[in-house]
Amino acid sequence: MSGLATAALNSLDIGLLLFVIAVGLNIVFGVLNIINFAHGALYMLGAYLAFTLIGLLGLPFWVALIVAPLGVAVLAVVIDRVLLRFIYGREITDSLLLTFALLLIINESTRLIWGSGIHVIDPPALLAGTLTLPGGLRYPIYNLFVIGVGLALLAGLWLLFNRSRIGRIMRAASLDGEMAATLGINTRAVVTGAFALGAWLAAVGGVVAAPMRAIDPGMGDKIIIESFIVVVIGGLGSFPGALIGALVLGVIHGFGGRYLPEINLILPFIGMALVLLVKPHGLMGQKTG
Amino acid sequence: MSRVLMTALGAVGTTALLAGLVALPWVTPYFYIFIATEVLILGLLAASFNLVFGYAGMLSFGHAAFYGVGAYATALVLLHLQWPLVACLAVSASAGAALALVIGFLSVRLDEVYFAMLTLAFGMMVFAVAYQWRSVTNGSDGIAGFMLTDFAPGVGWVLDDPAVYYHVVLGVVLVAAALLYLICRSSFGQVLRAIAQNAERAAFCGLNVRAYRLAAFTVAGAFAGLAGGLMAPFLRVASPEMLHWSMSAEPVLMAILGGTGYFLGPFVGAALFVLLESWITGFTEAWMLVLGVLLALMVMFFRRGVLGTVLSWLTGRAGDRS
Repeated sequence: MSGLATAALNSLDIGLLLFVIAVGLNIVFGVLNIINFAHGALYMLGAYLAFTLIGLLGLPFWVALIVAPLGVAVLAVVIDRVLLRFIYGREITDSLLLTFALLLIINESTRLIWGSGIHVIDPPALLAGTLTLPGGLRYPIYNLFVIGVGLALLAGLWLLFNRSRIGRIMRAASLDGEMAATLGINTRAVVTGAFALGAWLAAVGGVVAAPMRAIDPGMGDKIIIESFIVVVIGGLGSFPGALIGALVLGVIHGFGGRYLPEINLILPFIGMALVLLVKPHGLMGQKTG
Repeated sequence: MSRVLMTALGAVGTTALLAGLVALPWVTPYFYIFIATEVLILGLLAASFNLVFGYAGMLSFGHAAFYGVGAYATALVLLHLQWPLVACLAVSASAGAALALVIGFLSVRLDEVYFAMLTLAFGMMVFAVAYQWRSVTNGSDGIAGFMLTDFAPGVGWVLDDPAVYYHVVLGVVLVAAALLYLICRSSFGQVLRAIAQNAERAAFCGLNVRAYRLAAFTVAGAFAGLAGGLMAPFLRVASPEMLHWSMSAEPVLMAILGGTGYFLGPFVGAALFVLLESWITGFTEAWMLVLGVLLALMVMFFRRGVLGTVLSWLTGRAGDRS
């Protein structure tokens, strides 16, 4: 019984972390019509920046949680202004190629700067140790914190897109950029802002994941594949789809890792293949083009 | 007049190139035999990728899956069954085609954004399988320690000799490239180009777009598997790195470097790529970084590739004169 409960909580913390990252991928796709292959690399960059701030400079975790994602968002603005602006309006294939090149560049730069070794950072003292939940279940406080961060970002993004002016502008720009521009919206700024927001979300995911998982040069690859699986299962460009896809993948990891360890690496792909066979556009997706 | 001249020049050039390729082991240092073997095999891989990308207009980031599976197929057959090489290559091509059929079935029905994501994801699934299924694939170490067999029953070529293996690779790649060229020039190839230009219109003409895409993807998988089958005996190992997405990046860059609009573009790109790699890795470890920067620059400024740029420059000049 407690095994099941642990697996369920595990599914939730993995799932909500994946949601934070995959929804960033979705926001960028919605506004820019680009799948950012370097999204996982930006997640990794967030984790490595946190390692530098906490492990090398001795700053508190909370400072890193604020500073590292902002740093990555600034980098995203630079990437958008220096690289991506060349391929707006070109065939979609060119944008895929360019972000793929970016993935190679960021991955290798990270390896050059921080080396190929594995790094770890400890959770802050406030979140160390375990908590005894009602029913006698003991669970790491940090993982509960991750669930809290995921829920807070979920609520924040929902408010942003449904209740704020900025969110309405972003949705307008993603529905019809030309019309939005005609109505006086600075779509260039919206595009750059959306790209930076996506990168910020990836980096927040990276910082939050760092104390739970090892920081290594392969972490970005792992997460980009997982994010792809999430958006394919949920439906590309769909906000609720990102949440459902992430929770489905969370369950696959949380229960699969515990009960089917021999094939746990392949289970997410089997889940994705099944969704593709039954609903090719994802559980919440609409037909595109 | 200039058209006849161009054709004659082309014929002379092709003959000279072929003669040079055959004579290469006798006229160059040992080192370049290895370089040339690698160029030929990776050129075939890049050309097979370009059937999907340049002709059918679908960007695949998982092409290493078919190449790697081909390498594992030949390595495993050599290790356990000791079949002649030509049979191993047939197994490799079949394995590549079969895998491409399965992955393609799930990936070609949606648009190019999905296709790029799905090929990358399924490619990494194959990598995960090779990594985790230790009893068959030997995990991260890969398959090594196999002995080379005869090329075909009764053919006593010494494949351990790099010059001999180079000639075998040259022969196989020439035959495969000729086949691929015929496929690209056939009505099938023309339909692929039509689909790449406007899939909707092609569908309205009554063409089954999904079936054509799947067929192209499967054929490309077969040739990629063949390239992998040639590479395993050359490297003496089939390792998971051959299946990793960073390996998938190589044919992408080669095709774009050479020029995706030309049949020979990927081969030119492979030659540039391998020479550049052997030169750059001489003084820096950061080859992947160079690769990424190069890909970004090519996409932003030289989308037609080296061959495309040179040819349009040449024909532009010829056009001025006529």
